[in-house]
Amino acid sequence: MDIETFFQNQNNKKQLKILTCGSVDDGKSTLIGRLLFDSKNIYSDQLSQTKIESEKYGTQGKQIDLALLIDGLQAEREQGITIDVAYRYFETKKCKFIIADTPGHEEYTRNMVTGASNSDVGIILVDATKGILDQTKRHTFILSLLGIENIIVAVNKMDLINYDEKKFKDIISSFKKFSSEFNFNLQKFIPISALVGDNVFQKNSNITWYNEKSLIDELEEISLNEPIEEEIFSLPVQFVNRSSSDFRGYSGTITSGKIKVNDEVQVFSSKEKIKIIKILTPKGESDFAIKGQAVTLTLDKEVDISRGDLLCSVKNHNYFLSDQFASHIIWMNKEQMIPERNYIFKFINFQTIGKITDLVHKININSFEKIASKFLNLNEIGYAKVALNKNTIFNAYKNNKKLGSFVIIDQFNNQTVGAGVIEHELRRASNISWHQMSINKNLRSSINGQKPCILWFTGLSGSGKSTIANIIEQKLHKLGKHTYLLDGDNVRHGLNKDLGFTDVDRVENIRRISEVSRLMVDAGLITIVSFISPFKSERKMARGLVEIDEFIEIYVDTSIEECEKRDPKGLYKKARSGKLKNFTGIDSNYEIPSSPEIILETKIKSAEELADEVILYLKQYNKI
Amino acid sequence: MKLSHIDKLESESIHIIREVASAFDNPVMLYSIGKDSSVMLHLAQKAFYPSKIPFKLMHIDTTWKFKEMINFRDETAKKYNLDLLVHINKEGVANNINPISSGSKIHTDVMKTQSLIQALDKYKFDAAFGGARRDEEKSRAKERIFSFRDKKHRWDPKNQKPELWNLFNTNIDKGESVRVFPLSNWTEIDIWQYIYQENIQLVPLYFSKIRSIIRRNDMMIMVDDDRLKIKENEKIEQKKVRFRTLGCYPLTAAVESDATTVEEIIIELLESKYSERQGRLIDNDQIGSMEKKKQEGYF
Repeated sequence: MDIETFFQNQNNKKQLKILTCGSVDDGKSTLIGRLLFDSKNIYSDQLSQTKIESEKYGTQGKQIDLALLIDGLQAEREQGITIDVAYRYFETKKCKFIIADTPGHEEYTRNMVTGASNSDVGIILVDATKGILDQTKRHTFILSLLGIENIIVAVNKMDLINYDEKKFKDIISSFKKFSSEFNFNLQKFIPISALVGDNVFQKNSNITWYNEKSLIDELEEISLNEPIEEEIFSLPVQFVNRSSSDFRGYSGTITSGKIKVNDEVQVFSSKEKIKIIKILTPKGESDFAIKGQAVTLTLDKEVDISRGDLLCSVKNHNYFLSDQFASHIIWMNKEQMIPERNYIFKFINFQTIGKITDLVHKININSFEKIASKFLNLNEIGYAKVALNKNTIFNAYKNNKKLGSFVIIDQFNNQTVGAGVIEHELRRASNISWHQMSINKNLRSSINGQKPCILWFTGLSGSGKSTIANIIEQKLHKLGKHTYLLDGDNVRHGLNKDLGFTDVDRVENIRRISEVSRLMVDAGLITIVSFISPFKSERKMARGLVEIDEFIEIYVDTSIEECEKRDPKGLYKKARSGKLKNFTGIDSNYEIPSSPEIILETKIKSAEELADEVILYLKQYNKI
Repeated sequence: MKLSHIDKLESESIHIIREVASAFDNPVMLYSIGKDSSVMLHLAQKAFYPSKIPFKLMHIDTTWKFKEMINFRDETAKKYNLDLLVHINKEGVANNINPISSGSKIHTDVMKTQSLIQALDKYKFDAAFGGARRDEEKSRAKERIFSFRDKKHRWDPKNQKPELWNLFNTNIDKGESVRVFPLSNWTEIDIWQYIYQENIQLVPLYFSKIRSIIRRNDMMIMVDDDRLKIKENEKIEQKKVRFRTLGCYPLTAAVESDATTVEEIIIELLESKYSERQGRLIDNDQIGSMEKKKQEGYF
C-alpha cells in the first residue's frame, strides 16, 4: 500500500465516540469483543491470552469468551461482570471508534453517566429474551439527559428467540412507548446476535425480514451535527502564557464557533472589547481556528484576563455571569448529597465553593416520576438550585456542553461526588444587595472594650460543652463584657423546632445557628455557641461567615466511653436501646476537628480550670 | 475545515497538559525516551509555544537501558534545552539488582517502581505525566486520564474518581499526587502517524538494522554490552531487527524486520499479527500482572 494514500484515508476517517449500555448480561462486553474481533483489531497474542483466560474464567464452555478481551480488571474477570468504564479502540475503513464500555448494574449508574458524558452515540442493548427492563429505561433517560442525540437500540441474542420478527417488533413498540418524550435526533433499531455475529458486521441470512443496515454500517453513516458556522465563538481561558520576553498569550480550547485574525471579541467578565492579533494553533500560526482546537491567542492590548475568564463573540447574549443556576444533578457518592452543605464546584476552567440550596425534586429514573426529597443518594438524579460563592461564567448545557457542565467535589476528601448539567440561570441573588449601615460592629463593640468573636464549642453529647460555656459567660459578664450563649437544646425549642436529627436537618440546624452567630458578631457580641456540630463541613462553613480571627473553634475532648458513663440526660441509654435514632457517636458520625484553636481535655482538668484557659486565650488575643 | 481524528487527539492532549500546568504547583513529565514519550514531549512543546515548557522532565534510569537510548536522551535534552532530571535507585545499584540474576520482577520493582517513588518523594512532585495509552493493556483501558495516587503512590482501581466530560478533578491533599496520561486515547497507529506527520525524531533502535542478538526463551535479545553473559548453548547472531517498544535491554525482545523508515514501520504494523507489548516480558509474569504492578506504583 502507498503510505500517502493510507494517511489520506486515515485523515478522512471520522472519529466516533460510542457508548454501549444495557442491563446486566445483555452481552455488552461480548458485543464489543465482537466489534474488535470482526474489525480485525485484535492481535493474535491478545487472542491467545484470552484463550488461556477463557479456560479459567470463561462462560462459553470450550469456546473463546470474547467478553474476556474487554473486562480489564482482575476482579471483573473473576466475577464475570463489568464494574468500571473501560475504553476500547478500533477502526474500520471509514471510521475510528472510541468505545466506552460501562456496567449495567443499577449500583454503577455513575459509571454509565461517566461514559455517556464523552460519547456521541449510545448503543442500547436489549436482551431479546427479556425485552425492555428498568435498566433500559434508566439508560435511555441518562442518554437523553446528557444530550446524546443519536441512539441505536440493538436487540441482542436474536439467535435465542429463533430470529422471531414479531418479538423484535414488540420490543420496538414498547421502547417507543416509554421513550416518546425524549428528543433523540436519530433512533434506530437493529436485531443482532453478538455471540454469533449476526448483523454486527455481516448482514445475516437468518434474519431475512430485516432489510436495513448492519450495526457497523449504521454507525459509519451517522453524521455528527457540528454547526460550527452558525455558532458564536467561545474560548474559556485555561492558561495565561507569559514567557520571559514580552510575549503574552491566552491559551484554551475553543468550545464553539471559529475565530479569525482581526476579529473583535470580548472579555466576558469585563465586557471589554479586544482584537485578535495572532492565532497559534497546534499546526503553527494560522489565520483562523475552529471549535475543538487548543490554541493560544495574542491580543491588540493589555487587558486583565485570567484563568476562569471567557473570550467570546461581541454579540454574545447566550452566556451568563452569575452565582446561581438551576441544574440536573447526578449524585455519585455513597455519602448522600446534603442541601446547604459546602462543596467544590468545578467548571471547565474554574472552581469555587458553593452549595445546593434547594432540591426541587428527584427523579425516579425507572418511571421518570418526580418525587419530593430533601437529599440525593448514590446514583440518584435530581433537579436543584445551586448557589456559588463567586460569580461564574456558564451556559445552558443544551447550548454548550463544555460550558454547561460541572462536577461536584467533596472539599475534605477531594472525591468527585456528583455531576451536573445546567438548565438555566437564576437571577435571585443579584436583586438583593447589602444595605450599608452607619454604625458598624467595630463601633458597637468598642463601647465596652471588646472585640466580637464566636467561641464555637464542639464535642459529643455530654462532653461538658454547655457546663464550660456557661461558666465562661459568667466570667465574661463579671468582666463587664457583652455576651450571648446559643445553646443547642434551647435553640431547638424555638428557631429550629422544625428540624429533626437526620444528617440533612443537622446541616440546616448548624447553618441557621451560623447565620445567627454572624449577626451577633456584627452586633458586637462575644458569641458562645454550644452545639455538638458533628461535621467538619458545617464548622468550616460557620468559620467562613466571619473574619479569620473572629472564629475560635473549641474542641471539648471527652471520649465516648466517658460521655456514656456520665450520660447526664440519659440519652446514651436511650440510643443504645434503639429508642433514639441518629445519635452522634452511636449511629451518627462525629468528625473530630483537625486543627481547632483550643482543645479542652475534660479528663484532666475541672470545668472551672478549662473556662479560665479560654478566658486567658481571649486576653492573649486581645479580644477582651 | 474539519478536524481529523489526529487533530482532535492532538488538541485534547494539549488541553490536558495545560490543565496540569495551571492546576498543580510542581508537575513533572516522566520521559522514558520511547516513541510515546517523544510524542508527549512534542505536544508539551506545542502547548506552551513560544515559551519553554514550564515544568521539569525526569527519566528513571534503571542503568539497563540500551546505550542508544541514553545517547538519544542526552542529545534531546541538549537540543531543546530541557530541564531534565535523571534518577537512579542507588540502593538498588549497591545491592546489585539487575534484570538477569535478580529476575524481571525484582528488577522492575526495585529499579523502576521503587526508584520512581523515591524520586517523586525527593522532589515532592504533585503531578507526573506518563505516556501510557489505554489501548496498550487491559488494566490501562480502565485508568482515568487524571489518576489519583495516595501518599504511598498506590493506585486503587476499584475506587477511581469518576471523570466526566473533560472536567478533571485536580484537588489533592499534601503528599498525594496524580499521574496524568495525555495520550490515553491514542492508539499505536495514531502515534506512528503523528510521528510521521510531525517528523518527530526517535531512538534509532526503532528502525531495522543488522544487530547482534541471542535467542533466549523464544525471544531475540540484543547484546548491548558485556553484562549480558552468553550461555554455552547460545550463540550471537547477526540479524536485521528492530524494537517495537523500548525498555531495559535484556527484557525487551527484538523483532525481525526490514522496516528502516517510519513509513515502512507503519506498513509493517498494519500487516502485523502481534501487539506491541508482546515484546515485553514483564507483562506476562502472571495473569493480571500489569494491574498488580500499577497498584504498587508502577506507571
